[in-house]
Amino acid sequence: MTASTAGRRYSNATYRAMRRVKAVGLYAGVAAVLAYMLFPYYWAIVSSTKTGQALYQFTLLPALDFSNYRQLFNNPVFMGALVNSGVVALVSTAISLVIGILAAYALGRLRFPPGRMVLIAVLMISVFPQVVVLSGMFEVIGWLGLYNRPSGLIVSYLILTLPFTTWILTSFIRDLPKELEEAALVDGCSRLRILTHVLLPLMGPAIASTGLLSFILAWNEFLFALTFILTDENRTVPVAIGLLTGSSRYEYPFGQIMAASVTVTLPLLALVLVFQRKIVAGLTSGAVKG
Amino acid sequence: MNAARRMERQQHRTAWLFLLPLLLTLAAVAIWPLGRSIFFSFTDAYLDAPSDYGFVGFDNFVEVADDPVFWGAVTNTLVFTLVSVALETLLGLAIALLLHRAFLGRGIVRAAILIPWAMPMVVSARIWEWMLNDQFGLINKLLVALGLVEKGIAWTADPSLILGTVIFIDVWVTTPFMVLLILAGLQLIPEEIYEAAEVSGVPHWKRFWSITLPLAMPAIGVAILFRSLDALRMFDLSYVLAANNENTMTMSIYARDQLISFQDLGLGAAASTWVFMIIGMIAIVIVGLLRLDRAAG
Repeated sequence: MTASTAGRRYSNATYRAMRRVKAVGLYAGVAAVLAYMLFPYYWAIVSSTKTGQALYQFTLLPALDFSNYRQLFNNPVFMGALVNSGVVALVSTAISLVIGILAAYALGRLRFPPGRMVLIAVLMISVFPQVVVLSGMFEVIGWLGLYNRPSGLIVSYLILTLPFTTWILTSFIRDLPKELEEAALVDGCSRLRILTHVLLPLMGPAIASTGLLSFILAWNEFLFALTFILTDENRTVPVAIGLLTGSSRYEYPFGQIMAASVTVTLPLLALVLVFQRKIVAGLTSGAVKG
Repeated sequence: MNAARRMERQQHRTAWLFLLPLLLTLAAVAIWPLGRSIFFSFTDAYLDAPSDYGFVGFDNFVEVADDPVFWGAVTNTLVFTLVSVALETLLGLAIALLLHRAFLGRGIVRAAILIPWAMPMVVSARIWEWMLNDQFGLINKLLVALGLVEKGIAWTADPSLILGTVIFIDVWVTTPFMVLLILAGLQLIPEEIYEAAEVSGVPHWKRFWSITLPLAMPAIGVAILFRSLDALRMFDLSYVLAANNENTMTMSIYARDQLISFQDLGLGAAASTWVFMIIGMIAIVIVGLLRLDRAAG
Protein backbone atom coordinates (compact mmCIF):
# COMPACT_ATOMS: atom_id res chain seq x y z
CA MET A 1 0.00 0.00 0.00
CA THR A 2 2.73 2.41 0.95
CA ALA A 3 4.65 1.65 -2.20
CA SER A 4 1.74 2.59 -4.43
CA THR A 5 1.20 5.84 -2.51
CA ALA A 6 4.82 6.75 -2.82
CA GLY A 7 4.89 5.96 -6.51
CA ARG A 8 1.73 7.82 -7.47
CA ARG A 9 2.09 11.18 -9.09
CA TYR A 10 0.10 14.05 -7.74
CA SER A 11 -1.12 16.99 -9.75
CA ASN A 12 0.32 20.34 -8.76
CA ALA A 13 -2.92 21.43 -7.12
CA THR A 14 -3.19 18.31 -4.96
CA TYR A 15 0.43 18.65 -4.02
CA ARG A 16 -0.06 22.26 -2.94
CA ALA A 17 -3.16 21.34 -0.94
CA MET A 18 -1.29 18.56 0.81
CA ARG A 19 1.48 20.95 1.74
CA ARG A 20 -1.02 23.41 3.14
CA VAL A 21 -2.62 20.70 5.29
CA LYS A 22 0.82 19.70 6.55
CA ALA A 23 1.69 23.32 7.43
CA VAL A 24 -1.59 23.76 9.30
CA GLY A 25 -0.92 20.53 11.19
CA LEU A 26 2.58 21.70 12.08
CA TYR A 27 1.40 25.03 13.48
CA ALA A 28 -1.47 23.36 15.32
CA GLY A 29 1.02 20.97 16.92
CA VAL A 30 3.33 23.82 17.92
CA ALA A 31 0.38 25.71 19.39
CA ALA A 32 -0.64 22.65 21.41
CA VAL A 33 2.92 22.24 22.76
CA LEU A 34 3.08 25.92 23.71
CA ALA A 35 -0.30 25.74 25.44
CA TYR A 36 0.77 22.69 27.45
CA MET A 37 4.09 24.21 28.46
CA LEU A 38 3.00 27.78 29.11
CA PHE A 39 -0.61 27.77 30.23
CA PRO A 40 0.07 26.79 33.88
CA TYR A 41 2.42 29.75 34.33
CA TYR A 42 -0.10 32.02 32.63
CA TRP A 43 -2.79 30.74 34.97
CA ALA A 44 -0.50 31.50 37.92
CA ILE A 45 -0.18 35.08 36.68
CA VAL A 46 -3.95 35.36 36.25
CA SER A 47 -4.61 33.94 39.71
CA SER A 48 -2.01 36.16 41.34
CA THR A 49 -4.01 39.23 40.32
CA LYS A 50 -7.24 38.02 41.89
CA THR A 51 -8.38 38.20 45.48
CA GLY A 52 -11.35 37.02 47.47
CA GLN A 53 -14.20 35.52 45.48
CA ALA A 54 -12.67 36.48 42.12
CA LEU A 55 -9.93 33.91 42.74
CA TYR A 56 -12.47 31.10 42.51
CA GLN A 57 -14.04 32.39 39.32
CA PHE A 58 -13.13 30.90 35.99
CA THR A 59 -12.02 33.98 34.04
CA LEU A 60 -9.08 33.70 31.69
CA LEU A 61 -8.01 37.34 31.87
CA PRO A 62 -6.04 38.86 34.75
CA ALA A 63 -8.15 40.93 37.13
CA LEU A 64 -5.36 43.52 37.60
CA ASP A 65 -5.83 43.59 41.34
CA PHE A 66 -2.30 43.87 42.70
CA SER A 67 -3.05 43.60 46.40
CA ASN A 68 -1.42 40.15 46.54
CA TYR A 69 1.82 41.66 45.29
CA ARG A 70 1.54 44.64 47.61
CA GLN A 71 1.10 42.30 50.54
CA LEU A 72 4.01 40.15 49.36
CA PHE A 73 6.40 43.06 48.94
CA ASN A 74 5.49 44.34 52.40
CA ASN A 75 6.29 40.94 53.86
CA PRO A 76 9.81 41.25 55.31
CA VAL A 77 10.34 37.47 55.38
CA PHE A 78 9.66 37.08 51.67
CA MET A 79 11.72 40.11 50.67
CA GLY A 80 14.56 38.91 52.88
CA ALA A 81 14.33 35.49 51.23
CA LEU A 82 14.58 37.12 47.79
CA VAL A 83 17.77 38.91 48.85
CA ASN A 84 19.20 35.72 50.40
CA SER A 85 18.44 33.71 47.26
CA GLY A 86 20.03 36.33 45.04
CA VAL A 87 23.20 36.62 47.12
CA VAL A 88 23.61 32.86 47.58
CA ALA A 89 23.07 32.08 43.90
CA LEU A 90 25.33 34.91 42.69
CA VAL A 91 28.24 34.18 45.03
CA SER A 92 28.22 30.41 44.55
CA THR A 93 28.04 30.92 40.78
CA ALA A 94 30.94 33.41 40.85
CA ILE A 95 33.15 31.06 42.89
CA SER A 96 32.26 28.11 40.66
CA LEU A 97 33.05 30.09 37.52
CA VAL A 98 36.51 31.16 38.73
CA ILE A 99 37.51 27.68 39.93
CA GLY A 100 35.80 26.09 36.93
CA ILE A 101 37.64 28.25 34.38
CA LEU A 102 41.03 27.40 35.91
CA ALA A 103 40.23 23.69 35.98
CA ALA A 104 38.69 23.73 32.51
CA TYR A 105 41.89 25.15 31.08
CA ALA A 106 43.95 22.31 32.55
CA LEU A 107 41.39 19.67 31.52
CA GLY A 108 40.65 21.04 28.06
CA ARG A 109 44.03 22.30 26.93
CA LEU A 110 47.05 20.88 28.71
CA ARG A 111 48.46 17.48 27.89
CA PHE A 112 47.61 15.78 31.15
CA PRO A 113 46.65 12.07 31.29
CA PRO A 114 45.12 12.06 34.83
CA GLY A 115 42.74 14.75 33.56
CA ARG A 116 40.38 12.11 32.21
CA MET A 117 40.00 10.59 35.67
CA VAL A 118 39.34 14.03 37.15
CA LEU A 119 36.63 14.66 34.54
CA ILE A 120 34.95 11.34 35.27
CA ALA A 121 35.05 12.09 39.01
CA VAL A 122 33.54 15.53 38.34
CA LEU A 123 30.75 13.97 36.29
CA MET A 124 30.04 11.39 38.98
CA ILE A 125 29.84 14.07 41.66
CA SER A 126 27.36 16.01 39.54
CA VAL A 127 24.92 13.07 39.53
CA PHE A 128 25.39 12.34 43.25
CA PRO A 129 22.14 12.17 45.16
CA GLN A 130 22.34 15.22 47.44
CA VAL A 131 20.92 13.33 50.39
CA VAL A 132 23.98 11.06 50.42
CA VAL A 133 26.27 13.88 51.52
CA LEU A 134 23.69 15.48 53.81
CA SER A 135 25.04 14.24 57.14
CA GLY A 136 28.67 14.87 56.22
CA MET A 137 27.80 18.32 54.89
CA PHE A 138 25.92 19.05 58.10
CA GLU A 139 29.14 18.44 59.99
CA VAL A 140 31.31 20.50 57.61
CA ILE A 141 28.95 23.46 57.89
CA GLY A 142 28.92 23.10 61.67
CA TRP A 143 32.73 23.12 61.81
CA LEU A 144 32.84 26.25 59.69
CA GLY A 145 30.33 27.85 62.06
CA LEU A 146 27.95 28.52 59.16
CA TYR A 147 24.89 26.61 60.34
CA ASN A 148 21.69 28.63 59.79
CA ARG A 149 23.59 31.18 57.70
CA PRO A 150 23.15 31.88 53.99
CA SER A 151 26.95 31.66 53.62
CA GLY A 152 26.66 28.01 54.68
CA LEU A 153 24.44 27.47 51.66
CA ILE A 154 27.07 29.04 49.42
CA VAL A 155 29.60 26.46 50.60
CA SER A 156 27.21 23.53 50.17
CA TYR A 157 25.96 24.67 46.74
CA LEU A 158 29.48 24.30 45.36
CA ILE A 159 28.83 20.54 45.13
CA LEU A 160 26.09 21.35 42.59
CA THR A 161 27.49 24.29 40.68
CA LEU A 162 31.22 23.51 40.54
CA PRO A 163 31.05 20.13 38.71
CA PHE A 164 28.57 21.69 36.31
CA THR A 165 30.66 24.77 35.42
CA THR A 166 33.86 22.68 35.16
CA TRP A 167 32.26 20.15 32.81
CA ILE A 168 30.65 22.67 30.45
CA LEU A 169 33.58 25.10 30.36
CA THR A 170 35.97 22.23 29.59
CA SER A 171 33.99 21.33 26.48
CA PHE A 172 33.89 25.01 25.46
CA ILE A 173 37.66 25.46 25.85
CA ARG A 174 38.30 22.34 23.79
CA ASP A 175 36.38 23.93 20.92
CA LEU A 176 38.50 27.08 20.81
CA PRO A 177 41.17 27.08 18.06
CA LYS A 178 44.59 26.07 19.40
CA GLU A 179 46.60 28.40 17.15
CA LEU A 180 45.63 31.40 19.28
CA GLU A 181 47.64 30.42 22.28
CA GLU A 182 50.51 28.82 20.38
CA ALA A 183 51.63 32.25 19.22
CA ALA A 184 51.47 33.56 22.77
CA LEU A 185 53.34 30.50 24.04
CA VAL A 186 56.16 31.11 21.58
CA ASP A 187 56.37 34.67 22.86
CA GLY A 188 57.01 33.23 26.32
CA CYS A 189 53.68 34.02 27.95
CA SER A 190 52.84 32.12 31.13
CA ARG A 191 49.87 29.75 31.07
CA LEU A 192 47.89 31.92 33.45
CA ARG A 193 48.51 34.97 31.28
CA ILE A 194 47.39 33.05 28.20
CA LEU A 195 44.21 32.06 29.99
CA THR A 196 43.40 35.56 31.21
CA HIS A 197 44.57 37.54 28.17
CA VAL A 198 44.00 35.25 25.17
CA LEU A 199 41.24 32.78 26.01
CA LEU A 200 39.14 34.67 28.54
CA PRO A 201 38.17 37.47 26.13
CA LEU A 202 36.85 34.80 23.76
CA MET A 203 34.92 32.95 26.43
CA GLY A 204 32.37 35.66 27.16
CA PRO A 205 29.39 33.81 25.67
CA ALA A 206 30.43 30.50 27.25
CA ILE A 207 30.84 32.10 30.67
CA ALA A 208 27.49 33.87 30.33
CA SER A 209 25.56 30.70 29.51
CA THR A 210 27.38 28.53 32.07
CA GLY A 211 26.96 31.17 34.74
CA LEU A 212 23.29 31.51 33.93
CA LEU A 213 22.60 27.80 34.23
CA SER A 214 24.60 27.59 37.43
CA PHE A 215 22.63 30.56 38.80
CA ILE A 216 19.35 28.77 37.99
CA LEU A 217 20.64 25.62 39.70
CA ALA A 218 21.51 27.50 42.90
CA TRP A 219 18.41 29.73 42.82
CA ASN A 220 16.11 26.69 42.63
CA GLU A 221 17.85 24.43 45.18
CA PHE A 222 15.59 23.12 47.91
CA LEU A 223 16.99 20.24 50.01
CA PHE A 224 20.09 21.96 51.43
CA ALA A 225 18.23 25.24 51.89
CA LEU A 226 15.53 23.42 53.85
CA THR A 227 18.00 21.50 56.00
CA PHE A 228 20.79 23.94 56.80
CA ILE A 229 18.64 27.00 57.55
CA LEU A 230 16.53 27.12 60.68
CA THR A 231 15.00 30.57 60.95
CA ASP A 232 12.72 32.45 58.58
CA GLU A 233 14.93 35.49 58.06
CA ASN A 234 17.74 33.35 56.63
CA ARG A 235 15.62 31.28 54.25
CA THR A 236 15.83 31.29 50.46
CA VAL A 237 12.75 31.81 48.29
CA PRO A 238 12.00 28.20 47.24
CA VAL A 239 11.85 27.14 50.88
CA ALA A 240 9.87 30.24 51.85
CA ILE A 241 7.29 29.33 49.19
CA GLY A 242 7.42 25.67 50.12
CA LEU A 243 6.60 26.46 53.73
CA LEU A 244 3.97 29.09 52.97
CA THR A 245 0.69 27.79 54.34
CA GLY A 246 -2.47 29.32 55.71
CA SER A 247 -3.75 28.95 59.24
CA SER A 248 -5.88 26.03 58.07
CA ARG A 249 -6.41 23.90 54.98
CA TYR A 250 -9.38 26.04 53.99
CA GLU A 251 -7.56 29.33 54.35
CA TYR A 252 -4.86 28.41 51.94
CA PRO A 253 -3.52 31.73 50.58
CA PHE A 254 -3.53 30.67 46.92
CA GLY A 255 -3.48 34.23 45.58
CA GLN A 256 -0.38 35.10 47.54
CA ILE A 257 1.38 31.83 46.77
CA MET A 258 0.76 32.45 43.08
CA ALA A 259 2.09 36.02 43.40
CA ALA A 260 5.23 34.67 45.11
CA SER A 261 5.60 31.96 42.43
CA VAL A 262 5.32 34.49 39.62
CA THR A 263 7.83 36.78 41.33
CA VAL A 264 10.60 34.19 41.82
CA THR A 265 10.20 32.87 38.30
CA LEU A 266 10.32 36.30 36.68
CA PRO A 267 14.11 36.80 36.87
CA LEU A 268 14.64 33.29 35.44
CA LEU A 269 12.12 33.96 32.69
CA ALA A 270 13.83 37.19 31.67
CA LEU A 271 17.24 35.50 31.67
CA VAL A 272 16.04 32.48 29.68
CA LEU A 273 14.37 34.60 27.02
CA VAL A 274 17.27 37.05 26.67
CA PHE A 275 19.95 34.36 26.55
CA GLN A 276 17.90 31.65 24.81
CA ARG A 277 20.51 30.69 22.21
CA LYS A 278 23.36 30.60 24.70
CA ILE A 279 21.43 28.45 27.13
CA VAL A 280 20.60 25.91 24.48
CA ALA A 281 24.24 25.88 23.35
CA GLY A 282 25.49 25.47 26.91
CA LEU A 283 23.12 22.67 27.83
CA THR A 284 23.70 20.64 24.71
CA SER A 285 27.47 21.08 24.40
CA GLY A 286 27.91 19.53 27.82
CA ALA A 287 25.65 16.57 27.21
CA VAL A 288 26.10 15.66 23.56
CA LYS A 289 29.67 16.50 22.74
CA GLY A 290 31.09 15.66 26.18
CA MET B 1 64.31 14.36 23.92
CA ASN B 2 65.29 15.60 27.37
CA ALA B 3 63.89 19.02 26.67
CA ALA B 4 60.62 17.50 25.52
CA ARG B 5 60.35 15.48 28.71
CA ARG B 6 61.13 18.53 30.78
CA MET B 7 58.43 20.45 29.00
CA GLU B 8 55.95 17.68 29.57
CA ARG B 9 56.79 17.53 33.26
CA GLN B 10 56.39 21.27 33.46
CA GLN B 11 53.03 21.03 31.76
CA HIS B 12 51.92 18.43 34.31
CA ARG B 13 52.95 20.70 37.14
CA THR B 14 51.01 23.59 35.59
CA ALA B 15 47.97 21.36 35.16
CA TRP B 16 48.03 20.33 38.82
CA LEU B 17 48.26 23.99 39.85
CA PHE B 18 45.25 24.91 37.72
CA LEU B 19 43.31 21.96 39.08
CA LEU B 20 44.25 22.54 42.72
CA PRO B 21 41.31 24.84 43.64
CA LEU B 22 38.85 22.41 42.05
CA LEU B 23 40.31 19.36 43.75
CA LEU B 24 40.49 21.04 47.17
CA THR B 25 36.92 22.35 46.94
CA LEU B 26 35.47 19.06 45.75
CA ALA B 27 37.37 17.23 48.46
CA ALA B 28 35.84 19.53 51.07
CA VAL B 29 32.23 19.64 49.81
CA ALA B 30 31.86 16.22 48.15
CA ILE B 31 34.44 13.54 48.96
CA TRP B 32 34.83 14.31 52.66
CA PRO B 33 31.07 14.62 53.38
CA LEU B 34 30.48 11.39 51.46
CA GLY B 35 33.16 9.61 53.46
CA ARG B 36 31.78 10.97 56.74
CA SER B 37 28.24 9.88 55.81
CA ILE B 38 29.44 6.34 55.19
CA PHE B 39 31.48 6.49 58.42
CA PHE B 40 28.47 7.65 60.48
CA SER B 41 26.36 4.81 59.12
CA PHE B 42 28.42 2.39 61.25
CA THR B 43 27.86 4.40 64.44
CA ASP B 44 25.01 5.16 66.83
CA ALA B 45 25.60 8.93 66.77
CA TYR B 46 22.78 11.44 67.15
CA LEU B 47 22.61 14.74 65.33
CA ASP B 48 22.76 16.92 68.45
CA ALA B 49 26.05 15.32 69.61
CA PRO B 50 27.77 13.83 66.56
CA SER B 51 31.12 13.44 68.33
CA ASP B 52 29.62 11.15 70.97
CA TYR B 53 29.32 7.77 69.28
CA GLY B 54 30.12 4.08 69.43
CA PHE B 55 30.51 1.62 66.59
CA VAL B 56 27.57 -0.65 65.92
CA GLY B 57 28.77 -2.54 62.85
CA PHE B 58 26.06 -3.16 60.28
CA ASP B 59 23.14 -2.72 62.72
CA ASN B 60 21.92 0.50 61.08
CA PHE B 61 21.95 -1.08 57.63
CA VAL B 62 19.94 -4.03 58.92
CA GLU B 63 17.48 -1.76 60.71
CA VAL B 64 16.86 0.26 57.53
CA ALA B 65 16.50 -2.93 55.48
CA ASP B 66 13.94 -4.25 58.01
CA ASP B 67 11.81 -1.13 57.76
CA PRO B 68 8.88 -1.62 55.36
CA VAL B 69 8.57 2.17 55.06
CA PHE B 70 12.03 2.26 53.49
CA TRP B 71 11.11 -0.35 50.89
CA GLY B 72 7.89 1.54 50.24
CA ALA B 73 9.99 4.61 49.54
CA VAL B 74 12.30 2.60 47.28
CA THR B 75 9.29 1.24 45.35
CA ASN B 76 7.78 4.72 45.01
CA THR B 77 11.06 6.09 43.72
CA LEU B 78 11.51 3.27 41.20
CA VAL B 79 7.92 3.52 39.91
CA PHE B 80 8.25 7.30 39.73
CA THR B 81 11.55 7.08 37.83
CA LEU B 82 10.46 4.38 35.41
CA VAL B 83 7.11 5.88 34.49
CA SER B 84 8.10 9.53 34.39
CA VAL B 85 11.32 8.97 32.43
CA ALA B 86 9.48 6.75 29.93
CA LEU B 87 6.72 9.33 29.43
CA GLU B 88 9.21 12.18 29.21
CA THR B 89 11.25 10.34 26.61
CA LEU B 90 8.25 9.60 24.40
CA LEU B 91 6.74 13.06 24.77
CA GLY B 92 10.16 14.68 24.44
CA LEU B 93 10.87 12.75 21.24
CA ALA B 94 7.49 13.69 19.76
CA ILE B 95 7.92 17.38 20.59
CA ALA B 96 11.54 17.38 19.41
CA LEU B 97 10.52 15.91 16.05
CA LEU B 98 7.87 18.61 15.75
CA LEU B 99 10.17 21.48 16.69
CA HIS B 100 12.89 20.15 14.40
CA ARG B 101 10.78 21.21 11.40
CA ALA B 102 11.23 24.67 9.98
CA PHE B 103 8.52 27.09 11.06
CA LEU B 104 8.08 30.76 11.86
CA GLY B 105 9.40 31.73 15.31
CA ARG B 106 11.18 28.45 15.96
CA GLY B 107 13.89 30.05 18.10
CA ILE B 108 11.48 31.79 20.43
CA VAL B 109 9.29 28.67 20.75
CA ARG B 110 12.32 26.58 21.70
CA ALA B 111 13.21 29.12 24.38
CA ALA B 112 9.64 29.48 25.63
CA ILE B 113 9.17 25.78 26.28
CA LEU B 114 12.14 25.95 28.64
CA ILE B 115 10.08 27.92 31.15
CA PRO B 116 8.68 24.92 33.07
CA TRP B 117 12.20 23.54 33.37
CA ALA B 118 13.78 26.81 34.51
CA MET B 119 11.34 27.60 37.31
CA PRO B 120 11.93 26.23 40.80
CA MET B 121 10.37 22.79 41.34
CA VAL B 122 8.63 24.21 44.39
CA VAL B 123 6.88 26.77 42.22
CA SER B 124 5.78 24.13 39.70
CA ALA B 125 4.43 22.03 42.54
CA ARG B 126 2.52 25.02 43.93
CA ILE B 127 1.06 26.04 40.57
CA TRP B 128 -0.19 22.52 39.82
CA GLU B 129 -1.42 22.12 43.38
CA TRP B 130 -3.58 25.17 42.75
CA MET B 131 -4.74 24.00 39.31
CA LEU B 132 -5.55 20.53 40.65
CA ASN B 133 -7.21 21.71 43.87
CA ASP B 134 -10.30 19.59 44.54
CA GLN B 135 -12.70 22.51 45.12
CA PHE B 136 -11.34 25.57 43.34
CA GLY B 137 -8.87 24.11 40.85
CA LEU B 138 -9.22 24.86 37.17
CA ILE B 139 -8.87 21.22 36.08
CA ASN B 140 -11.65 19.97 38.32
CA LYS B 141 -13.93 22.84 37.36
CA LEU B 142 -13.36 21.94 33.73
CA LEU B 143 -14.04 18.26 34.33
CA VAL B 144 -17.24 19.06 36.23
CA ALA B 145 -18.37 21.55 33.57
CA LEU B 146 -17.81 18.93 30.87
CA GLY B 147 -19.87 16.50 32.92
CA LEU B 148 -17.04 13.97 33.17
CA VAL B 149 -17.11 13.87 36.97
CA GLU B 150 -19.76 14.79 39.53
CA LYS B 151 -17.47 16.27 42.13
CA GLY B 152 -13.88 17.56 42.00
CA ILE B 153 -11.21 14.88 42.30
CA ALA B 154 -8.68 15.25 45.14
CA TRP B 155 -5.65 14.77 42.91
CA THR B 156 -3.12 15.73 45.57
CA ALA B 157 -4.83 14.13 48.57
CA ASP B 158 -6.26 10.81 47.39
CA PRO B 159 -3.65 8.14 48.30
CA SER B 160 -4.27 6.18 45.09
CA LEU B 161 -3.85 9.23 42.85
CA ILE B 162 -1.04 11.17 44.43
CA LEU B 163 1.91 9.28 42.92
CA GLY B 164 0.31 9.65 39.50
CA THR B 165 -0.07 13.38 40.13
CA VAL B 166 3.58 13.67 41.11
CA ILE B 167 4.57 11.88 37.89
CA PHE B 168 2.27 14.12 35.85
CA ILE B 169 3.86 17.28 37.28
CA ASP B 170 7.38 15.93 36.83
CA VAL B 171 6.67 15.11 33.18
CA TRP B 172 5.53 18.69 32.67
CA VAL B 173 8.65 20.07 34.36
CA THR B 174 11.34 17.97 32.71
CA THR B 175 10.03 17.25 29.21
CA PRO B 176 11.59 20.55 27.97
CA PHE B 177 15.02 19.28 29.02
CA MET B 178 14.45 16.05 27.07
CA VAL B 179 13.24 18.00 24.04
CA LEU B 180 16.36 20.14 24.09
CA LEU B 181 18.78 17.22 24.30
CA ILE B 182 16.97 15.19 21.64
CA LEU B 183 16.77 18.23 19.35
CA ALA B 184 20.53 18.61 19.64
CA GLY B 185 20.87 14.97 18.61
CA LEU B 186 18.52 15.43 15.65
CA GLN B 187 20.54 18.41 14.44
CA LEU B 188 23.61 16.20 14.11
CA ILE B 189 21.91 14.00 11.50
CA PRO B 190 23.03 15.10 8.03
CA GLU B 191 20.18 16.28 5.80
CA GLU B 192 21.61 14.36 2.78
CA ILE B 193 20.58 11.01 4.25
CA TYR B 194 16.94 12.07 4.19
CA GLU B 195 17.26 13.42 0.68
CA ALA B 196 18.72 10.13 -0.51
CA ALA B 197 15.95 8.20 1.23
CA GLU B 198 13.28 10.41 -0.30
CA VAL B 199 14.71 9.99 -3.77
CA SER B 200 14.74 6.21 -3.31
CA GLY B 201 11.11 6.33 -2.21
CA VAL B 202 11.60 5.14 1.37
CA PRO B 203 8.31 5.80 3.18
CA HIS B 204 8.10 8.27 6.09
CA TRP B 205 7.68 5.78 8.92
CA LYS B 206 10.60 3.76 7.68
CA ARG B 207 12.78 6.86 7.46
CA PHE B 208 11.96 7.46 11.13
CA TRP B 209 12.72 3.88 12.24
CA SER B 210 15.87 3.30 10.23
CA ILE B 211 17.42 6.76 10.06
CA THR B 212 16.17 9.16 12.71
CA LEU B 213 15.85 6.81 15.66
CA PRO B 214 19.18 4.96 15.38
CA LEU B 215 21.12 8.14 14.68
CA ALA B 216 19.46 10.09 17.49
CA MET B 217 19.85 7.17 19.90
CA PRO B 218 23.14 8.29 21.49
CA ALA B 219 21.59 11.65 22.39
CA ILE B 220 18.41 9.97 23.67
CA GLY B 221 20.49 7.52 25.72
CA VAL B 222 22.46 10.30 27.41
CA ALA B 223 19.23 12.16 28.11
CA ILE B 224 17.64 9.03 29.63
CA LEU B 225 20.67 8.41 31.84
CA PHE B 226 20.76 11.98 33.17
CA ARG B 227 17.02 12.11 33.74
CA SER B 228 16.93 8.72 35.49
CA LEU B 229 19.71 9.67 37.89
CA ASP B 230 17.93 12.94 38.54
CA ALA B 231 14.57 11.23 39.11
CA LEU B 232 16.09 8.67 41.49
CA ARG B 233 17.21 11.43 43.86
CA MET B 234 13.95 13.38 43.65
CA PHE B 235 13.09 15.19 46.85
CA ASP B 236 11.42 18.57 46.46
CA LEU B 237 8.32 17.74 44.39
CA SER B 238 7.04 15.00 46.71
CA TYR B 239 8.06 16.95 49.79
CA VAL B 240 6.20 20.12 48.83
CA LEU B 241 3.10 18.30 47.59
CA ALA B 242 2.75 15.76 50.36
CA ALA B 243 5.57 16.18 52.95
CA ASN B 244 6.19 12.67 54.26
CA ASN B 245 3.03 11.00 53.00
CA GLU B 246 4.02 7.36 52.59
CA ASN B 247 2.35 7.10 49.18
CA THR B 248 4.83 9.46 47.55
CA MET B 249 7.76 9.26 49.94
CA THR B 250 10.99 8.92 47.96
CA MET B 251 14.28 7.40 49.12
CA SER B 252 15.71 10.89 49.64
CA ILE B 253 12.77 11.95 51.81
CA TYR B 254 13.08 8.79 53.91
CA ALA B 255 16.80 9.31 54.50
CA ARG B 256 16.39 12.98 55.40
CA ASP B 257 13.53 12.13 57.74
CA GLN B 258 15.68 9.73 59.76
CA LEU B 259 18.50 12.25 59.86
CA ILE B 260 16.72 15.54 60.56
CA SER B 261 13.26 14.82 61.89
CA PHE B 262 14.33 11.90 64.12
CA GLN B 263 17.86 13.29 64.64
CA ASP B 264 19.23 9.75 64.20
CA LEU B 265 22.54 10.43 62.49
CA GLY B 266 23.64 6.79 62.32
CA LEU B 267 20.38 5.49 60.88
CA GLY B 268 19.99 8.42 58.49
CA ALA B 269 23.54 7.94 57.24
CA ALA B 270 22.89 4.21 56.73
CA ALA B 271 19.71 5.01 54.80
CA SER B 272 21.55 7.46 52.57
CA THR B 273 24.34 4.93 52.02
CA TRP B 274 21.66 2.46 50.90
CA VAL B 275 20.35 5.13 48.53
CA PHE B 276 23.87 5.67 47.20
CA MET B 277 24.35 1.94 46.55
CA ILE B 278 20.94 1.48 44.92
CA ILE B 279 21.41 4.46 42.60
CA GLY B 280 24.97 3.39 41.80
CA MET B 281 23.79 -0.07 40.76
CA ILE B 282 20.98 1.34 38.62
CA ALA B 283 23.43 3.73 36.94
CA ILE B 284 25.70 0.83 36.01
CA VAL B 285 22.74 -1.10 34.61
CA ILE B 286 21.54 1.86 32.52
CA VAL B 287 25.02 2.54 31.14
CA GLY B 288 25.32 -1.14 30.23
CA LEU B 289 21.85 -1.40 28.70
CA LEU B 290 22.19 1.67 26.54
CA ARG B 291 25.79 0.82 25.67
CA LEU B 292 26.69 4.39 26.52
CA ASP B 293 30.29 3.45 27.17
CA ARG B 294 30.69 2.25 23.62
CA ALA B 295 28.72 5.11 22.12
CA ALA B 296 30.97 7.57 23.96
CA GLY B 297 34.22 5.79 23.08
